[in-house]
Amino acid sequence: MQSLKRNALSMSSLLGLTFVTMLAAQLLVFIYVPTEETMGVVQRIFYFHVPLAWNSFIAFAVVFVCSILYLRRRDMKWDRLARTSAEIGFLFASLVLITGTIWSKTAWGTWWAWDPRLTTTLILWFIYLAYLLISAYATEESRGARYAAVIGIIGFLDVPIVALAIILWRTQHPGPIIFEGGLTGAMLLTLMVCILAFTLLYFCLLVQGTSLRRDRNEVKMLKRSIDEGK
Amino acid sequence: MNGVDIQADGYAIEVKRLIKSYGEHHALRGIDLSVKWGDILAIFGPNGAGKTTLLKVLATLVKPSAGDVSVAGFNLKQDAIMIRRRIGVVTHQTLLYDDLSAYENLRFYGKMYDVSNLRDRINHLVAQVGLESRIHDPVRTLSRGMQQRLAIARALIHDPPVLLLDEPGTGLDQHASAMFATILNSAANKQRAVLMTSHSLEQGAALSSRVAIMADGKIAYEGSKQLDIGNLREVYYQCTGVKD
Amino acid sequence: MYRSEGLKGSADKILTIVWKDIKSEIRTKEIATSLVAFALLVIIVVSFALEPGENTSTIAAGILWVAFTFAGVLGLSRSFVLEKDKGCLQGLMLCPVDRSLLYLGKMLSILVFMLVVEAIIVPVFIVLFNQHGFPPQLLVIVPLATIGFAAVGTLFSAMAVNTRARDVMMPLLFLPIAAPVIIAAIKSTGLVLSGESWGAIASWLGVMAAFDVIFLAVSPLVFEFVIEE
Repeated sequence: MQSLKRNALSMSSLLGLTFVTMLAAQLLVFIYVPTEETMGVVQRIFYFHVPLAWNSFIAFAVVFVCSILYLRRRDMKWDRLARTSAEIGFLFASLVLITGTIWSKTAWGTWWAWDPRLTTTLILWFIYLAYLLISAYATEESRGARYAAVIGIIGFLDVPIVALAIILWRTQHPGPIIFEGGLTGAMLLTLMVCILAFTLLYFCLLVQGTSLRRDRNEVKMLKRSIDEGK
Repeated sequence: MNGVDIQADGYAIEVKRLIKSYGEHHALRGIDLSVKWGDILAIFGPNGAGKTTLLKVLATLVKPSAGDVSVAGFNLKQDAIMIRRRIGVVTHQTLLYDDLSAYENLRFYGKMYDVSNLRDRINHLVAQVGLESRIHDPVRTLSRGMQQRLAIARALIHDPPVLLLDEPGTGLDQHASAMFATILNSAANKQRAVLMTSHSLEQGAALSSRVAIMADGKIAYEGSKQLDIGNLREVYYQCTGVKD
Repeated sequence: MYRSEGLKGSADKILTIVWKDIKSEIRTKEIATSLVAFALLVIIVVSFALEPGENTSTIAAGILWVAFTFAGVLGLSRSFVLEKDKGCLQGLMLCPVDRSLLYLGKMLSILVFMLVVEAIIVPVFIVLFNQHGFPPQLLVIVPLATIGFAAVGTLFSAMAVNTRARDVMMPLLFLPIAAPVIIAAIKSTGLVLSGESWGAIASWLGVMAAFDVIFLAVSPLVFEFVIEE
């Protein structure tokens, strides 16, 4: 009972902190920071794009660590953490691609310019997709968890090489690179707060998602023991 | 002979509190079992009782979730490779490569098992299963019965002291059954131990020296074969709720 | 007593597996013929999209590696489908060898098959696309890339064979992960076909070498988790 109360308390504080930070971030992005000269109002998308990108990589790092821990210890808790992190990472990566595309269209007139960072995120998106599908398509659940963990490890090790290859490619054939240019003090502050806000959001989603998974599992087990008792 | 150090007084198979769960599905819920050298144990049980899972754990194909398992004196967790050297497994799949000949299949497995004097051993085994005339024909050209006999030869290539047989009664032709009987007889000489799962109470009971009945991931009954077949059926029904 | 498993013993077991696969393949010629035919067909179909005579070396290189990638995915999936048949994968798992040796054996045999197919296709390609002779750098580029394909492809093949929709899972897993190798192979091939030499492709070779080293080191370690039941 004590630990439940404590958990609820820390969860509420995390949620509260996230809410406040996100609110502050919104204020900074839409009211405080001045409109950028060359790129106009649309540039504000930058303050969402960068934190989302940052967190999609953090999410993958978490998948990597939890995958290793799952394979070593076979405790389902690590599998739950990994899968939840992968779902959030996939969502964030999708948003990175969408915001990047919108930005590219308005700033450069083309929807997709094979920008190195966006292209790397695209490949990451596909690796996330493979991760999510393999656990859905495996013939048994325990196999699926193990396969997903292997993808988590292989995929994470692969991302730096993917980035290297794509950067090499685009240096030889340069195209427009988005989001370059110096940042003023105000812009830097806004960006930092946004990164903090989205990171907190990631952790909230991670904790909530994982405990939701665990509860869903428990319900399934309870249902099963009721069925067997009949 | 590919001799193996057998401790005649030890247990061939020893299982303590074995648990295997696949997520929330508990296939084995705490198995305690011991098989002595010279024993031929037949395990009966309906589908889903966990017989095949138990066999797979002993064959080092499946890792236990909890519990202690030792086979031929070696601990499963630490010395799985040593166990694999000392077990021969026969399942309903033949584990043979269709495009290779009987000779080539046996040679492949023989090399993987470090069998010495491989050529002589292959010729000896092929003669035992009665396939000398077809030894160089691709496996896909052999009849099902012949393939099964070859599968038995494959399982014995390294002369393992422990045999694990998954429902061996099904589909055996008379040659294979004869081969079988020879194997089981050698077990009686305390040089081997055999564990087999079986669907048919009659066949299994006839061939074994001890029986066990599994239901729902646990061993519901275990004993030496003093019950006759009628009583065995009765016990089986009591344990599993299923008529044989 | 049995021989202990030292380095020679391990190499022996790996070669036994490779030799078994090669023997099977020589009998049926199943993998080689279908891959050669498939690769040629991909090259021809993609060429429909382009005007003959207009193809720069870069485009030609792209076509070649698209063909090799798709044929590679096909060939890699076959690697474990044949083992799954008749339960032979269980037979392998019952052998008293480290699971990583099973990985290395399967990886080497599929590598050999793919190299044979590529050795046939590359000369045909050079003729079809009127390239100026055979750049010797290809003898490094092609094996380096194929090793990378085989390293991760063997792992994914073992996974895909145990999933539903296995034909779709294989490319879905393979293509994003192998993307750096595909890019590096295409770019470096394009460069040497237009007359560039080693200096120009050094960084691309580095990318492929890094990929190969990392995944040849990691895959045998995780392979065990993939094939256990």
